[in-house]
Amino acid sequence: MVNPGSRPDSDSGPGFRTLSGIPVDGVYGDGPFPGEFPYTRGVHAEMYRSRLWTMRMFAGFGTAGDTNARFHELLRAGGSGLSTAFDMPTLMGRDSDHSWALGEVGRAGVAVDTVEDMVDLFAGIDLGAVSTSMTINGPAPILLGMYVAVAEEAGVERSRLAGTLQNDILKEYQAQKEYVFPPRPSVRLVTDVIRFTTAEMPRWNPVSISGYHIREAGSTAAHELAFTLANGFAYVEAATAAGLHVDDFAPRLSFFFNSHNDFFEEVGKFRAARRIWARWMRDRYGATDERSLKLRFHTQTAGVSLTAQQPEVNIARVALQAMAGVMGGTQSLHTDSHDEALALPSEEAARIALRTQQVIAHETGVANVADPLGGSHYVEWMTDEMERRATDVFEHLEDLGGGSILEGVYAGIESGWFAGEIADAAYRYEREVNAGERIIVGVNAFTEGNDAERARLLRIGQDTEDLQLKRLAAVKQSRDDRAVADSLRRVVAEASDPTTNLMPALMEAVRARTTIGEIIEALEGVFGTYVEQAVI
Amino acid sequence: MADAAPVRVVLAKLGLDGHDRGLKVVARMLRDGGMEVVYLGLRQTTASIIDAVEQEDADVVGISMLNAGHLTLGPLMVDALADAGLDVPVVIGGIVPDEDRPTLAAAGVAGVLGPGSPAAEVVACVQAAAARRGL
Amino acid sequence: MADRTVSELVAAARGGELRATARLLTFVERGGDLAEQVAEATHDHVGNAHVVGLTGPPGSGKSTLTAAWAIRLAEEGRRPAVLAVDPSSPLTGGAILGDRVRMTAAAAAGVFIRSMATRGHAGGLALAVPGMVRVLDVAGFDPVIVETVGVGQVEVDVTAATDTAVVVVTPGMGDAVQANKAGLLEVADLFAVNKSDRPDAADVRRDLELMLDLSKLTGHGRPDAVVRPTIVSTVATTGRGVAELADAVDTHLEALRDAGLLEARREVRRRAEVRSHLEHLVLAASAAAVEAAFGAAASGAETADESPGATARRLAERLLTDPGS
Repeated sequence: MVNPGSRPDSDSGPGFRTLSGIPVDGVYGDGPFPGEFPYTRGVHAEMYRSRLWTMRMFAGFGTAGDTNARFHELLRAGGSGLSTAFDMPTLMGRDSDHSWALGEVGRAGVAVDTVEDMVDLFAGIDLGAVSTSMTINGPAPILLGMYVAVAEEAGVERSRLAGTLQNDILKEYQAQKEYVFPPRPSVRLVTDVIRFTTAEMPRWNPVSISGYHIREAGSTAAHELAFTLANGFAYVEAATAAGLHVDDFAPRLSFFFNSHNDFFEEVGKFRAARRIWARWMRDRYGATDERSLKLRFHTQTAGVSLTAQQPEVNIARVALQAMAGVMGGTQSLHTDSHDEALALPSEEAARIALRTQQVIAHETGVANVADPLGGSHYVEWMTDEMERRATDVFEHLEDLGGGSILEGVYAGIESGWFAGEIADAAYRYEREVNAGERIIVGVNAFTEGNDAERARLLRIGQDTEDLQLKRLAAVKQSRDDRAVADSLRRVVAEASDPTTNLMPALMEAVRARTTIGEIIEALEGVFGTYVEQAVI
Repeated sequence: MADAAPVRVVLAKLGLDGHDRGLKVVARMLRDGGMEVVYLGLRQTTASIIDAVEQEDADVVGISMLNAGHLTLGPLMVDALADAGLDVPVVIGGIVPDEDRPTLAAAGVAGVLGPGSPAAEVVACVQAAAARRGL
Repeated sequence: MADRTVSELVAAARGGELRATARLLTFVERGGDLAEQVAEATHDHVGNAHVVGLTGPPGSGKSTLTAAWAIRLAEEGRRPAVLAVDPSSPLTGGAILGDRVRMTAAAAAGVFIRSMATRGHAGGLALAVPGMVRVLDVAGFDPVIVETVGVGQVEVDVTAATDTAVVVVTPGMGDAVQANKAGLLEVADLFAVNKSDRPDAADVRRDLELMLDLSKLTGHGRPDAVVRPTIVSTVATTGRGVAELADAVDTHLEALRDAGLLEARREVRRRAEVRSHLEHLVLAASAAAVEAAFGAAASGAETADESPGATARRLAERLLTDPGS
């Protein structure tokens, strides 16, 4: 469901005009203008005049075959970008037949156990012609290995592959908790991917540094900003320590933020993010390539803000949050479906969510001017305030890490500092809502109409799990067990040497039809298993 | 010392899902409601929850899930406790569509708490469940 | 189960039934008549378990270390139990007991773990912990590990009231100094320097050694120490040093026995426990006496002309000579 960004309404018309015909310029106010350092006002001079944001919608459920059908639909509708959600066992690097996986196979995303599932997932799709985004973190190098293997088995060289791997493990320890190994070996896997794609996959974004989940876990906007950028700096420090030059990989780093209810706070957050990143990359990390300084980001509306009460009201929330993302200069946007507080999004709700973006893009006129809020006293103050609060966090992390943000992030994870800050903010919010100090429409005020009939809900049945288990058993039956055992021995051996890039060993393993769970367990034997510091 | 003893609640995430915001908020609500929360955290199995319930002599089990697994995991937990001979009520937290509540109630789930449930409702729900367990 | 008597539960606990043990622990923790019955049924067969206190500042990795150690003990065929004590909220009386998060693997390895909250009153903890330790002892657990957050005097006292007291410190944040301030140095039989893979771990060791040297001069340190406290370096997350910790704890018990000090320590403990009970009774009786003298039923005639001290002395005299009144 990706919009290539064309602007038929303006390309053919007499320049950009308001609804009533008044011509408008591309930008107003004083410099630095959009496209100029420190990019507070946007990373491109033209912003949405030359190209709209990408309307990227997330898909993935059931078996690989189910999601493949949805992909073909999207491509027929003119999309060129695929976005894949994996189910919980896959996200945790466990096979569908693991005891933990019971009840979760194919429920919240697609199940992938072996490269065979990846073959089905992308069957009939020319991987050289699409861009694929994969939301996966702990097992990210394995899934990337599978994607490359599928492409190469179909005759597409890896250098032609375009896409994004989320591959942001640090925020998992802070917020989403989908980790397997302790932080340090996990960051080594992240840098292995960065080294691999930098050398061999020039069109690939190896990490999408994500504040979205930090915010969903309950953090404040300022902490979402600060923790995310700190994680970004941490990866920069890790990758340069692994021998890369900052300008070799930094242009390929991208970000992923949340857009929540407080409109101006969100806009200030996005603007501050660009400014901080640009300054730090230039002044602290010595980047000189302009692309290294430009923070590009994807935005998703705040799932946690959706209410189960009067779910249709969520359409309004999503529209306003999406508007904040656009005013903040996002490069791509996912709008949540209004029924997500109840179940997985139905097709109808997903369509309304996409239409919401199209209304903003084509009807409201906000895309005609870059940074239309720039120069507002309130917005400029909020941008500065966000930067100030983020700077306080960076200073704290530098203290913890003896001058290194990477070490500070490790220390903050191990001591439970991040999780504690997030839990405090989440509880404060709940208490305010409980006490009626913060009004949530339909929840603690304006509740008339809460008992209305509910919309139809999408459900994934038990049969998906049964089908996936049969598939997994069949693959295990037909593969060469010796090749599997050999590949796992190599993974273990190379994992033990922190200077070796694990990607080639992982690619050999997935080609041998070794399962994701087998690989993860082999690595667990070397790296250990992480148990969090309980901060409740 | 023989004041009314606090209700003891075992709280856990059953399954793989790592979203623990709701569980942590509920833990604090129950603490602030005067209860003792034995917090197990992420990635528990029915077996590990049963071990905790048995050793902690808990009055209530609260499990949280986010991934539409409630119809599988809720009854699974209830049955596993019954099979272990533990008469301890189960409360479920998470996104549970209203239409599933009767199914869960019929399967023996003592209470369901949706996202954003107010503290008073959370505490009352657990208290009511605890009252079902005789001592 | 609700129908079983305390003596039936004790018999079941001795037969290895975890549920009966758990219920007895609940009775003791709640106090009152049932706690008395449990004490009655358990006080004469005790002394088999090695009771170990383990304490340290928040964030020192106590739970992880306890878990790693207990797993090791379970693998050797022993039956360790852990009593993990966390503070209650002073405002609401509720508590979040989070130790099991770090002990999932230990529970899976068959270690018996019980979480308990301090439940507000210091006296309660001092009463309940020895009673609960005795239940675990009777149920055949050995060692019984009492884990507390070393922040308050009560927790320190609880740790001191064991056969072997282990104090956990970590590099950074001046933990060793903090340990000294909190009085932990004075109860320690053994130090575990956890997270010793950190660069500044050597500093902590050196600080501790220095403090131990000084304590000889100043007279601080445990008065009934048999040997100078051992310092063990551990990394709980990887298991490094856990075997050494286990050995050091066992060695300490042997040393106590050899020196004839084990029974002496247990006698001190028993005395402290009697005193806790007595204080609890006296407190309750005083409250009742004051209520009788000033409450709704009292005329006020007797107290009107007295100073508060005189009233107290008069009430005390009556309490001590005629406790039934």
